[in-house]
Amino acid sequence: MAIKVYVPCDSTALSLGANKTAEAIVAEAKKRGLEIELVRNGSRGLFWLEPMVEVATNEGRVAYAPVFPKDVPSLFEANFLTGGAHALNLGLTEELAWLKKQQRLTFARVGITNPISLDDYLAHDGYKGLKNALQMTGAEVVKTVTDSGLRGRGGAAFPTGIKWNTVLGCQADQKYIVCNADEGDSGTYSDRMVMEDDPYVLIEGMTIAGIAVGATQGYIYLRSEYPHALKALNEAISRAEKAGYLGANICGSQHTFNLEVRRAAGAYVCGEETSLLESLEGKRGLVRFKPPLPAIEGLFGKPTVVNNVISLATVPIILDKGAQYYADYGMGRSRGTLPIQLAGNLKQTGLVELAFGSTLRELLYDFGGGSASGRPIRAVQVGGPLGAYLPESQFDTPLDYEEFTKIWAVLGHGGIVAFDDTVDMAKMARYAFEFCAIESCGKCTPCRIGSTRGVEVIDKITSGKDHAKNITLVRDLSDTMLNGSLCALGGMTPYPVLSALNHFGEDFGLPANIKAG
Amino acid sequence: MTAVLSTEEITRINAHIDRYQHVQGSLLPLLHAIQDDIGYVPESAYFPISKALALSVAEVHGVVTFYHHFRRHPAGKHILQVCRAESCQAMGSEKLEAHIKSTLGIDYHQTTSDRAITLEPVYCLGNCACSPAVMMDDEVYGRMSAEKISELIKEARSA
Repeated sequence: MAIKVYVPCDSTALSLGANKTAEAIVAEAKKRGLEIELVRNGSRGLFWLEPMVEVATNEGRVAYAPVFPKDVPSLFEANFLTGGAHALNLGLTEELAWLKKQQRLTFARVGITNPISLDDYLAHDGYKGLKNALQMTGAEVVKTVTDSGLRGRGGAAFPTGIKWNTVLGCQADQKYIVCNADEGDSGTYSDRMVMEDDPYVLIEGMTIAGIAVGATQGYIYLRSEYPHALKALNEAISRAEKAGYLGANICGSQHTFNLEVRRAAGAYVCGEETSLLESLEGKRGLVRFKPPLPAIEGLFGKPTVVNNVISLATVPIILDKGAQYYADYGMGRSRGTLPIQLAGNLKQTGLVELAFGSTLRELLYDFGGGSASGRPIRAVQVGGPLGAYLPESQFDTPLDYEEFTKIWAVLGHGGIVAFDDTVDMAKMARYAFEFCAIESCGKCTPCRIGSTRGVEVIDKITSGKDHAKNITLVRDLSDTMLNGSLCALGGMTPYPVLSALNHFGEDFGLPANIKAG
Repeated sequence: MTAVLSTEEITRINAHIDRYQHVQGSLLPLLHAIQDDIGYVPESAYFPISKALALSVAEVHGVVTFYHHFRRHPAGKHILQVCRAESCQAMGSEKLEAHIKSTLGIDYHQTTSDRAITLEPVYCLGNCACSPAVMMDDEVYGRMSAEKISELIKEARSA
């Protein structure tokens, strides 16, 4: 029997040359007359070790990483097809400390299966949640999601079940499920991984949502920057349709659910749910006033569930194992797990799914291994471009929505970007304003004008012009944006700006901060 | 630069319009289809699009110009997108940007004189675990260095 060799097809693995590694392995096997079965799996999320090659042995899958074409002949020499010793041999994948320390619920299958194989998905507990949901009433499904404590993983952390319940309670001839897959935050890639590496879990989650609230049409609003995710989703949707998991009479039931991927067009603001809905309707992505809530008047004026990829992809395991199973993980009001994405200047970057409650320090040093440059980590931005910058004195904060709120920071989508001590925080504050100016939809004045004025004020501060006056002015401007903007883009740009100013004042020409504690 | 559309391109644009005319909320998918096919969204397409979707020309223009992805003029043979977001900045993307601009002799939103490469900024490619990142056409490249990007540009120019 041909030996299975796994080479990831995740786009980060591809960005490091996984295709060339795969080609080299196939060519070398052919040259040696060895029969192998090449499987293009998703990534295990140890991105600093990609391309990671795995071989199926009697003891389990053995990992070799990172493998580049030049390493391939020596791997064959070392009999890697039977798990042979080699400098790149990391042992059994399942035993790798990085993976063993995690609690992978949403990411249970990611990296293990061939993403577009429906058989693989079914063999690894796929569609068990849907099977259960089909035996329940809509209200029971919604209650299960509510009881699990799942909160919106896009950043706002609104309880998913409560949102669903509002849509369930609306009378309408048409309802929609919209997946917000416009993951535009720097330092985040968990949505992309789910869509590329386990697309069926998102499809299943959306189908369950549709059945729960009585929606028959779903849309995935996907970033245009994710071509590989687009391919994987479209292929998975088409296979799910053929197998009766989408379309009319799902799994022989009376339920109908159709799903379509719609490509975004590079506007960051369309990650805001009302702007996203405008875009889906074919308009400029201008933010809407709320109320009405999208749950009541959403897409095309109909009741609409708008959820992030991770929220929806977490629904299948909740319906499979029960609300309590999920709620047993976590701390305080942050129940379950959070897929954390380590990025920026870290030695060991990648996807870490953990129950809420771990600290930044554990993530940065135990998982991340410290900075990639070897210099001290000076600042960490959590939660994307609208998240606060945290100094070392805050690294012991547990990852929990409320704990982060207490220190005027946000967990957001769980992206962590580390900077070493070469970072200029005044420059990062300027960039935050600049980004807001580029991406503002222009509807509200604080965001449209404030962002541009913000860049100018920071420039005055760094050039020393009317220094004290402009420090006061930037605080005043931030206050206006914080309280007067229509959505989070203008409303949260002050987070990176003020946190940089408050914690790293020396970069703005202020006396060095006295470290608390 | 303004380009004159060939009769064949006009036929193709009209076929896309016919396909999307009755799809709900179809303006973005239609614009994507046109750009994927022709390389950009020509201004001369606004009028037939507006007629088919019962919009004003101004509304079509408004949508095309709102989204960074849509281009109103032909691009070079290859599109190089350079990530400017925080994670890439933490790994030295500013130096990389400067190197790319001086190698190509152009700034963002411009095309090299040999029409080989159009340079665009991008704000996150979701490859933040291997910053700095760039995207050449539909392929992402991680942990970019000056040497690697020079090689990539050379390949693109000779391809």
